[in-house]
Amino acid sequence: MTDPALPALLALLLPACAFVILAVVAPLRRRGRPAAYLSVLFAAGALVAAIGAFRLTMGGGFSEWLWAWIPAEAGPLATVGVLADGDSALMLVLVALVSFLVQVYSLGYLSDESMPSLGRYYVYQSLFAFSMTGLVLAPNFVQLFIGWELVGLCSYLLIGYWYTRPEAARAAVKAFWITKAADVGMLVGIVLLWRHTGTFDFLELLQMADGGIIPLAGLGVITFCIYLGASGKSAQFPFHVWLPDAMEGPTPVSALIHAATMVTAGVYLLTRTVWLFRLTPDVMEIIAWNGAFTALLAAVLACVQTDIKRVLAYSTVSQLGYMMAAIGAGFASDGFLHLLTHGIFKALLFLGAGAVIHAVGTNDIFRMGGLARKMPQTAIVFLVGTLSLAGVPFFAGFFSKEEILGAVLAGGFPGPFAMLLLAAFLTAFYMFRVVFVTFFGAPAAAHGADDRHVHDAPPFMALPLWILALLSVGIGTLFAFWHPKAEFEALGWLTPTAIVVAFAGIALAYLVYQRRAISADALASAFAPIRAAALRRFWIDDVFLFIYRGLMLSLAKLVGWLDRYVVDGILNVLSAWTLTAGDRLRRLQSGRAQDYVYGIALGVLLLLVWVRWPR
Amino acid sequence: MPLNAYLTLAAVLFTIGFFGVVTRRNTIGILLGIELMLNAVNINLVAFARFNADIVGMIFTAFTIPITVAEVALGLAIVILIFRMKRTAIADHLDILKG
Repeated sequence: MTDPALPALLALLLPACAFVILAVVAPLRRRGRPAAYLSVLFAAGALVAAIGAFRLTMGGGFSEWLWAWIPAEAGPLATVGVLADGDSALMLVLVALVSFLVQVYSLGYLSDESMPSLGRYYVYQSLFAFSMTGLVLAPNFVQLFIGWELVGLCSYLLIGYWYTRPEAARAAVKAFWITKAADVGMLVGIVLLWRHTGTFDFLELLQMADGGIIPLAGLGVITFCIYLGASGKSAQFPFHVWLPDAMEGPTPVSALIHAATMVTAGVYLLTRTVWLFRLTPDVMEIIAWNGAFTALLAAVLACVQTDIKRVLAYSTVSQLGYMMAAIGAGFASDGFLHLLTHGIFKALLFLGAGAVIHAVGTNDIFRMGGLARKMPQTAIVFLVGTLSLAGVPFFAGFFSKEEILGAVLAGGFPGPFAMLLLAAFLTAFYMFRVVFVTFFGAPAAAHGADDRHVHDAPPFMALPLWILALLSVGIGTLFAFWHPKAEFEALGWLTPTAIVVAFAGIALAYLVYQRRAISADALASAFAPIRAAALRRFWIDDVFLFIYRGLMLSLAKLVGWLDRYVVDGILNVLSAWTLTAGDRLRRLQSGRAQDYVYGIALGVLLLLVWVRWPR
Repeated sequence: MPLNAYLTLAAVLFTIGFFGVVTRRNTIGILLGIELMLNAVNINLVAFARFNADIVGMIFTAFTIPITVAEVALGLAIVILIFRMKRTAIADHLDILKG
């Protein structure tokens, strides 16, 4: 077996099988745990297949299997299939790995759920794994878009998993709404691209781009539209507002969908089609600036959050901004590398946060405190994730983040570079704020009375945590000695700067929240305007709310009024007239034979007159 | 006598019969009106047969007269049946065709 497309196809179809089985066989689904085991088993199979595909593509292996889907006169209009190459296989491994680990973890995390509800969860999980894999392996824009919408649907379903909670339902709708709004842009972009070039296929487009036959006029609009879709999915400014609210879903879902895989789909898409975006440098510049801006904005927002999951959510937005900035600077492979490492350690952080929430029963970091003694394992793995995210050497995020900083500088963007550097400082600060407040310091009163509930995670939950933690350290150590060759000449002062910035952030957090040498209140009052604005989320949500409530709803009301009273009104009047006329005509039918004789005689007379009328 | 005289007689008879059909309230009166109208037609047929020296009109008339008798018998039977069911033979009361 040397064709990587075969295991890739297997990795695609196994979750699909699990989904179909669980969706169709309702008794199995309602029994919950068997359904969960089935789903986990298929996810494990998909992981093995994904690793197989990855091994086959490692030496530059490459394969594409296509089936015609929409036939047309000159070749099929759209195809489906798998495109297994280095990037997609690597992404496939990440998706399959995190998906598998999250499913295992959920066995412990959702153990309190009712059985039908658990079954439903695993149906969604399998569907998500299938659609994400379909997106990753897509050989053309059409299949990619289908996978794209399907993962959006799964995201909606899983955010609203606890649909009886109004916040969860609202967050699900919000996420769906905002990503869909952005996806309209993407759909327009794809169709325009097809009209522009006549194909959806990545490889054909790549050949055209290489041959320089893609007409440049109007291409900027197309790439911008596609970027719009990507920025919706990857929570870039101004579409980032849905991601923090998406934390209403179960924590493993946040780890899988809203940290490691789905939200990175936008970055993945841009990595995949970066040759197209290179043709439009203006759009690339927008991507870089917006990415850096998003990274900084989200980092500032993360500093004022007290909900552990929301901090992580904003940090995800921020890291996605980093990836986007690297792609915009022209070094997509660095963005992709950060995507992979981020997928590992952010999943770890979310799962760790999930373990904490599971034990303590609250999301508020100030109601935790001193947990390191009670849950040492969780504290260790969470610390590993935090060090990775902060960009400390020998941890996963260090190398990739430094690469991005170098890439943005090498791409000729000093402004975004400064923003990203500041964001890196803030990242280290807010993450260690969480660590010090949650795991160290004095135990909070809320749970201090009853310690027995607070303990380390059960094995099902601990195992994925440790695997991800080891991977984070392993990747970080690996990159310290061997790493992919940079595409640019990195400046010598960059590495020390990155390290200094990270440690400065950690030190500040230590002084403020551990030693309390600097009062948190003093810090807050020093940055009072920014803090006030950040607490209001910079009014971006309000703007969306205004657009929705003020503009869209009033437009809908106007259209509704027009429909009800003008369009329907005309028809109602006409039908009322018809009814009245019919009612009046009915009276002609008296039922008396003599009246009918009158009628016949009159008719004959009229006929005679008409026939004999002198003309 | 000219043809017009016969035709005028037939027309007058037809009109009288029609008037009876339309205005009589008693069902039997209506039947009588119908008889008058049929006989007006017979006069027409005979008159044309005579003036065109064509025997066909006569033959028609010979058929029409027995048919008329049969029709009256049938019509009276229907009227009696209606009277039995509705206890009335007044045409104004028979409006079951009313829409």
